[in-house]
Amino acid sequence: MEFAELIKTPRVDNVVLHRPFYPAVEGTLCLTGHHLILSSRQDNTEELWLLHSNIDAIDKRFVGPLGTIIIKCKDFRIIQLDIPGMEECLNIASSIEALSTLDSITLMYPFFYRPMFEVIEDGWHSFLPEQEFELYSSATSDWRLSYVNKEFAVCPSYPPIVIVPKSIDDEALRKVATFRHGGRFPVLSYYHKKNGMVIMRSGQPLTGTNGRRCKEDEKLINATLRAGKRGYIIDTRSLNVAQQARAKGGGFEQEAHYPQWRRIHKSIERYHILQESLVKLVEACNDQTHNMDRWLSKLESSNWLTHIKEILTTACLVAQCIDREGASILIHGTEGTDSTLQVTSLAQIILEPRSRTIRGFEALIEREWLQAGHPFQQRCAQSAYCSSKQKWESPVFLLFLDCVWQILRQFPCSFEFNENFLIMLFEHAYASQFGTFLGNNESERCKLKLQQKTMSLWSWVNRPSELSKVTNPLFEANSLVIWPSVAPQSLQLWEGIFLRWNRSSKYLDEAYEEMVNIIEYNKELQAKVNLLRRQLAELETKDGVQESP
Amino acid sequence: MEHIRTTKVEQVKLLDRFSTNNKSLTGTLYLTATHLLFIDSQQKETWILHHHIGSVEKLALTTSGCPLVIQCKNFRIVHFIVPRERDCHDIYNSLLQLSKQAKYEDLYAFSYNPKQNDSERLRGWQLIDLAEEYKRMGVPNSNWQLSDANREYKICETYPRELYVPRIASKPIIVGSSKFRSKGRFPVLSYYHQNKEAAICRCSQPLSGFSARCLEDEHLLQAISKANPANRYMYVVDTRPKLNAIANRAAGKGYENEDNYSNIRFQFVGIENIHVMRSSLQKLLEVNGTKGLSVNDFYSGLESSGWLRHIKAVMDAAIFLAKAIMVENASVLVHCSDGWDRTSQVCSLGSLLLDSYYRTVKGFMVLIEKDWISFGHKFSERCGHLDGDPKEVSPVFTQFLECVWHLTEQFPQDFEFNEAFLLQIHEHIHSCQFGNFLGNCQKEREELKLKEKTYSLWPFLLDDQKKYLNPLYSSSSQKFAVLEPNTASFNFKFWRNMYHQFDRTLHPRESVCNIIMNMNEQNKQLEKEIEDLESIFQAFVLRNET
Repeated sequence: MEFAELIKTPRVDNVVLHRPFYPAVEGTLCLTGHHLILSSRQDNTEELWLLHSNIDAIDKRFVGPLGTIIIKCKDFRIIQLDIPGMEECLNIASSIEALSTLDSITLMYPFFYRPMFEVIEDGWHSFLPEQEFELYSSATSDWRLSYVNKEFAVCPSYPPIVIVPKSIDDEALRKVATFRHGGRFPVLSYYHKKNGMVIMRSGQPLTGTNGRRCKEDEKLINATLRAGKRGYIIDTRSLNVAQQARAKGGGFEQEAHYPQWRRIHKSIERYHILQESLVKLVEACNDQTHNMDRWLSKLESSNWLTHIKEILTTACLVAQCIDREGASILIHGTEGTDSTLQVTSLAQIILEPRSRTIRGFEALIEREWLQAGHPFQQRCAQSAYCSSKQKWESPVFLLFLDCVWQILRQFPCSFEFNENFLIMLFEHAYASQFGTFLGNNESERCKLKLQQKTMSLWSWVNRPSELSKVTNPLFEANSLVIWPSVAPQSLQLWEGIFLRWNRSSKYLDEAYEEMVNIIEYNKELQAKVNLLRRQLAELETKDGVQESP
Repeated sequence: MEHIRTTKVEQVKLLDRFSTNNKSLTGTLYLTATHLLFIDSQQKETWILHHHIGSVEKLALTTSGCPLVIQCKNFRIVHFIVPRERDCHDIYNSLLQLSKQAKYEDLYAFSYNPKQNDSERLRGWQLIDLAEEYKRMGVPNSNWQLSDANREYKICETYPRELYVPRIASKPIIVGSSKFRSKGRFPVLSYYHQNKEAAICRCSQPLSGFSARCLEDEHLLQAISKANPANRYMYVVDTRPKLNAIANRAAGKGYENEDNYSNIRFQFVGIENIHVMRSSLQKLLEVNGTKGLSVNDFYSGLESSGWLRHIKAVMDAAIFLAKAIMVENASVLVHCSDGWDRTSQVCSLGSLLLDSYYRTVKGFMVLIEKDWISFGHKFSERCGHLDGDPKEVSPVFTQFLECVWHLTEQFPQDFEFNEAFLLQIHEHIHSCQFGNFLGNCQKEREELKLKEKTYSLWPFLLDDQKKYLNPLYSSSSQKFAVLEPNTASFNFKFWRNMYHQFDRTLHPRESVCNIIMNMNEQNKQLEKEIEDLESIFQAFVLRNET
């Protein structure tokens, strides 16, 4: 298929662009296969380059011959184009609609994008599972890498390489895979070096209504327990939901078969409930005319912060079991690709200082989200404005980022990255020139040959010029476990995401700049003092040498 | 001391009110003449001033002892468990007595001794000089003059002695107008904007009833508009909801009839009265005190308390003032009922938006002295300093501080002071440790001889200034750089650091403000050190050359 077929009118003059915080601009609108571009003929005026894949929904309006297209983006921005001529306007609108909803992944921009920067480090090889495993293997020999899923045959949503207990062979893993939803047998997610406790994750056990069991499964997870120790199974579903799952062949671990494990049910929502929550929240934030009561009641009824609290509470519970109680954990919900990953990754943010560094956080995203098979393609297909409600669209990853932001706010010095890093990840998960978030799992990414055909986001981010934008100037390595408060009074609306286009952040940005200046100045002064002291010391010794005969 | 029967109780537990697993500290409780003191086993001390205690409650006996819950006016809530009921009862009774004084002379300020001599104390009181402040604003001038009408508090007992009025308003006009205004609080100058030559004036409601009018009052308003050469009309802002103002007419009070006054534009802004504000705060605190509070209960409680709605209303009114002056060059006259609560809020906040001086540490003190203390905001009644009518208590000043906090959040570089400064001032409006906030008006303060018998808060805050400075403050902003806050509802947030200031578990664990403050401090020291090192270096070089 040629993009040209979809572009009925490639170019319209005298289009007026309205967008938040900028004066209206008149210029020429051009459509390309992947971008909507508006450029004014004046110099120095910033052009608009909008990826079609960033467009979530559009509205059309006509007043006489003047058409207006309102473009609602996946990053929640809303822009307006006034287009003279009804036909042109209709053509543009239908082209945008077609180009922003391309079916085939291989037509997406990452397959066409040619980087204009020098690649210092190929991000596709930045976080190899073997390297990640080395971080653990120095501390423990109880675990091994398994290549049982090399061909994606045992579990289609797992990566080719996973970490499992050393005492369990690949044959047993194959058996366990048949007993777990989606073949997602329990694998290592996190090893707590301080006390050797672990977080494992998996899909739900397929016990069904007749209470099926699987000896290998029991053996596998028991292999992670020390003699006489008990572990916890955190089911991210309520007991009720977990019980209902049995009718569909799923279920949960029976006490009788897992006597060394205590099961705790939490209730983290998934799918359309989260999607509806996001839609309501964005709608509330976008209406500046709400009076106070209406705003507060909209904020409340969106339930967004309730979800945040529930996820954070569960992550804290996991961290507490590991760090305070010295107990290992197995986490799953139904598939083990959504709420499970929110919890395992947030628990690591709490427990593990490395995951609060830029590289460590990237590694965490790579391990716990991309490799672990969070279906980004499905979940991030649409955002808050789309009316086609598909069950699989859900802001699971955004909720995770929001939770990280909440912890970052409470520990503003313990993270190497700043809020911009989280916002950037949100943007790229929904629309990007990079291949990183394409596909639903490693198997799909392999088939798409993303490593050969597209550029990795990490190749771009991990360059000094980009890193400087996302580095937190306040960072001081904190080797401790950080316990966030989950009280409603301590949680806040993430303004950087949800109010980003609704209020100017000029004064806040300037204040941030000033803070950076103070910190830079401090470094400069310290360097200068050190230099002077050294020079003085040298002089003094020389002096001493000269004076003494 | 006659109220204290037990001075020391051991093995008392202090519960953490938000901990879900009933965490507690064990320690010893001491009762002194001025404070309740708890020292836990780690020797950490918790001091509670008796005057800060808002209520004491003894709950039903439990197996571990007798629970004693103390709610403080600075929003500290402590929950003790005293092993023996007898002791609990003694402490309870003592605190009931000690926290409610009948006479001003029994308040802490009259016994507080910071070891200063009389001249130091006097200098402390002279630190804030309102005559100086009016001069800074640019009055007296050709349009405004100092009136001696109230020199002996003859016209209005709750106003200060020194009042600024339009030069063309004669004494009979002033006297006539004061008779037509509730409590004699006739229109006077609150803030003069030198650039725009426009003024913010304040007064109480007119005694207009259904049809009464007063020529002198009409003349006085006309004089105020004429004192502004740039604009013929002026705004009269009634800060009450329209319905309340109408209801007041039946009692012979009310609001200005536009037909009787030439060139006025009348406007209601709908801020609720002290009773609504009191119960709003009460609801807010009830919601927040809930253990294991859900997000939805928090937000629906926040909504139904109406607290942020009231804060926004005050802010909107202040913005109305600032706009009238900046955009239309028009003077504004503000009143509510008596003109000492909502009027103080709106006039002071409006001036703060207009004039960057009030956003400095010293300027903010001046603003409080002028629009709150001197114009007779009834601090003692509103804060319940003495055992009095609980219906007179209301968090009007707290709301003002909260509005300022919201502005500091939106304009992080425009204020010389930080949040700690606001919290410290809030602490002291209730502490009764200093004389500034005692009494309800200047006349009463003079009768109490506060300047001889007590100390002023301000010099102590200035001495400690380092703690209260905003490290990001950029003083380069122009004197008349007006703040234009965004008042879409989503800008208003719950002020956790005020209402949960003692619940440390709810706070961010690392404070950016403190880190940057320390760094600024360190930078100054480093600059100094570099200077020293360089001069030593120079000396070395010189010596070696010779």
